Amino acid sequence: MIPYIPHTDEDRRVMLSALGLERVEDLFQAIPEKHRKPVIDLPPPLSEAEVVRELKRIASRNTTAEETAFFLGAGAYRHFIPAALEAIVSRGEFLTSYTPYQPEASQGTLQAMFEYQSLLADLLGMDTVNASHYDGAAALAEGVLLAYRARGGERKTVVLSSALHPEYIETVKTYIEPFGLRIRGIEEGAWRPEELEGLVDETVCCVVVPFPTFTGTLLVYRSLCMATHEKGALFVVSVDPISLALFEPPGSFGADIVTGEGQCLGSHLSFGGPGLGIFATRGELLRKMPGRLAGVTCDRRDKNGFVLTLNTREQHIRREKATSNICSNQGHVALRAAVYLSLLGKTGLRKVAELTYRKACYAAERLGSLSGFRVTSPSPFFREFVLQCPISAEEVVRRLVEHRIVPGLPLSKYYPDRNQELLVCVTELNTREEIDRLAEALRGIQAKRENR
Amino acid sequence: MTTRKHRIRTVEPFIWELSAPGRVGASVPEPDVPEYPLPEEIPLRRDLPLPEVSELEVVRHFTRLSRLNYSIDTHMYPLGSCTMKYNPKVNDLAASLPGFSEAHPLLPEDLCQGSLELLYRLQTAIETLTGFHSVSLQPAAGAQGELTGVLMIRAFHQDRGDTKRTRILIPDSAHGTNPASVSMAGFTAEQIPSDKRGNVDLAVLRERCDDTVAGLMITNPNTLGLFEEHIEEVTSIVHRAGGLVYGDGANFNALLGYLKPADVGIDVMHFNLHKTFSTPHGGGGPGAGPVGAGALLAPYLPGPVVRRLEQRSQEQPNFREQVEKQKESLHRTGHSVDRTGLPEVYSEYFTLVYPEKSIGRVKAFYGNFGILVRAFTYILQMGGDGLRSVAEHAVLNANYLKHLIEKTYRIPYERPCMHEFVATGEVAPGIHTMDIAKRLLDYGFHPPTVYFPLIVKEALMIEPTETESRQTLEAFAEALLQIAQEAVTSPDLLHEAPHDTPVGRLDEVRAAREPILNRRQTEKL
Repeated sequence: MIPYIPHTDEDRRVMLSALGLERVEDLFQAIPEKHRKPVIDLPPPLSEAEVVRELKRIASRNTTAEETAFFLGAGAYRHFIPAALEAIVSRGEFLTSYTPYQPEASQGTLQAMFEYQSLLADLLGMDTVNASHYDGAAALAEGVLLAYRARGGERKTVVLSSALHPEYIETVKTYIEPFGLRIRGIEEGAWRPEELEGLVDETVCCVVVPFPTFTGTLLVYRSLCMATHEKGALFVVSVDPISLALFEPPGSFGADIVTGEGQCLGSHLSFGGPGLGIFATRGELLRKMPGRLAGVTCDRRDKNGFVLTLNTREQHIRREKATSNICSNQGHVALRAAVYLSLLGKTGLRKVAELTYRKACYAAERLGSLSGFRVTSPSPFFREFVLQCPISAEEVVRRLVEHRIVPGLPLSKYYPDRNQELLVCVTELNTREEIDRLAEALRGIQAKRENR
Repeated sequence: MTTRKHRIRTVEPFIWELSAPGRVGASVPEPDVPEYPLPEEIPLRRDLPLPEVSELEVVRHFTRLSRLNYSIDTHMYPLGSCTMKYNPKVNDLAASLPGFSEAHPLLPEDLCQGSLELLYRLQTAIETLTGFHSVSLQPAAGAQGELTGVLMIRAFHQDRGDTKRTRILIPDSAHGTNPASVSMAGFTAEQIPSDKRGNVDLAVLRERCDDTVAGLMITNPNTLGLFEEHIEEVTSIVHRAGGLVYGDGANFNALLGYLKPADVGIDVMHFNLHKTFSTPHGGGGPGAGPVGAGALLAPYLPGPVVRRLEQRSQEQPNFREQVEKQKESLHRTGHSVDRTGLPEVYSEYFTLVYPEKSIGRVKAFYGNFGILVRAFTYILQMGGDGLRSVAEHAVLNANYLKHLIEKTYRIPYERPCMHEFVATGEVAPGIHTMDIAKRLLDYGFHPPTVYFPLIVKEALMIEPTETESRQTLEAFAEALLQIAQEAVTSPDLLHEAPHDTPVGRLDEVRAAREPILNRRQTEKL
């Protein structure tokens, strides 16, 4: 017996006899006989206890951020998640409902979506935030497509900062290929605002920049944004939302489209997914925006309630003319973000961002002063910085793992020639003691080299 | 921050209406490092307009909101095509094991063999169930899986220099995502009509297939809940014209253990893990949309995918060396290979690679891992026989429910359905499907999908799923039959429904006319 199928023999008998059938298989006659009911070479069913044991065994083969001094980020970040958040989001009414197609039976989900849209719009300083996209990479890719459409499909060049997350760049490439768009900026290695400005002309539909950069550097984009607008192109920023608790949000210097990864707002690392694709626009771009939107309306008695709105942009109405094919959202991850921002609030989020900033500064100071090591990230930076090592960064990782320290990401993962560079990430969860331990371990590496 | 002054009055106040300056809802550690001044060159933000609410108020607010929802845990939720079946709690427990939830996606492969093993075994299980050569778990949702599959078809034709293939054919019963995915992949979508039995009209298909057709997208069972009776003929017509066949796996739950789609000529297909493999829908997502492909298209799958390296013979005890060699050779053939560390003890090793002609990435990292863990847990628990039983009971339930209501609700296609069926809501003059749907809410049932598929007027698309008992099905049928009676005796009861929900029937037109999409816009009122 499978606990998820409630049918007794008696049930099956009654149901089949009502249908005038003898066997359930009779209902599958439309399937070509020679292919019907093939052998499925999967193991037999397991009890829940056995399943849990097996999954615990598999899970134990991973080294987790909790068991180590952990300095790995690069697009997936570890911040504290309050217990109250887990308690709220694990409620079955949120977890096991679906897209609010019947708004009267989905006011909880819809209002939570509306609050998510509001909290994010305030954080980003943008007019409209949708009810979320798949992840930061896919959101950015669709942001580029939105800019391309918004500029009438005539301008076929996209200026991409080479300091964007390498996996985001790859994703953008996949999405734009069918439209024949050209990328400028990656081959040139352009990422400083003045370098990017030089690449903008009348063929460009948008300029896309990260804040902060993949390696943590904070840049001022105000004049690049103006220059972009002067050339008739749109300005797109891929943000880390936590950094915006401290720094001017892109909405306030005129960004047209803002996307970002919201995993850091109350979601676990979870081996990189699910993430939360933040997607925001300015003004009338709203009408061309992909994805769901929750809006306010009234019932017959003038009571306010929420519905999914502006559906005429979407695939189930517009089909091949829709603004995107996206059909779901990351509803439950967006809920996590809304609860996170509600719990942390005005002072909490700022404190998390400040601590993260300060601790990264402390770590950079400690590590950069070690003999043989040097911080090469241009200042200022947020949460992450590049540490130049005396030996290959892959080797550094290998050696420090033995001390239960995961010191960061060897940049050779994405840039084969940046062999000795390590991307170090520090959040409010890294204690001073951990940072000092990392410094000690690195010093050990250099000491060994010098003694040799 | 606003107080309750403005004109919007909702059942539950907005979170910012509960705010008071100085309140906090979470504690943050005190700094243990010296103070570093914020940079002068980067403009700081002046105001952070987030709410200030105590933890209890946040908990109460969202708990109260949750109670305004219908959900599987509280109500039968027979949304056609969405497969709203019970989501086993052990799936969530598995995903929350710290070994998974606290695993970083960029860990050296040595330190995340657990995640990679799970991904590999899920890939293999899906291959086993579907007959496909390879599976990529990357797409985040069904629609992204569709886009992925169509991009693979595009890359395949381009590789052969066959650039005149610009059209993709789609039956008129398809989900809207199909034509939208086709447009995003740079093709033109072209509709193929259905015949009187709800199958693809073969004559039209033959007529439309030529050397400008890149492929066909077909959902089988289709959105009428009917199995395409000539599926092999359909796929071979397309193949003969040089096109490829995309299978939309939204309804694969009906075929578990009964058909491997690859066996009937499907070249590439996505699977909605949140439907077939019972991961929670989360109020709209996250889902997961892995894509499977036959040998022809497998090299184009999005990467990375997981490969298993194994100890090939006992005479070579140095497995570490073997793995190093295998990795080296992958690296030489242009694969991106992690070389930070190598295993000491395992007899198998899992590694990430890109398929040979991969279309690239469709998102960062490796798919919605937390969802993949849940689906894998479900597959482990069900086993092959259990999954076949899922299809059997889903189909049995749909047919039984159809039988219970078909004398009152017209069923446009008279043949056994698969996991779902479409009825029409024309039970009395002046009554629309939407009226029936809203009235169902008063009876404590979430309504079926309404007005879809588009080819059936006043459609009610009902998918009970295998996890509902006979008693629940009978109670649901009873409600539908009573509503049909009410439609005759007191139609206003339906027109004004729902009566027992927190809000009455909401005005969707008004919402779109003057969109109010966030807090700031409520203040403008």
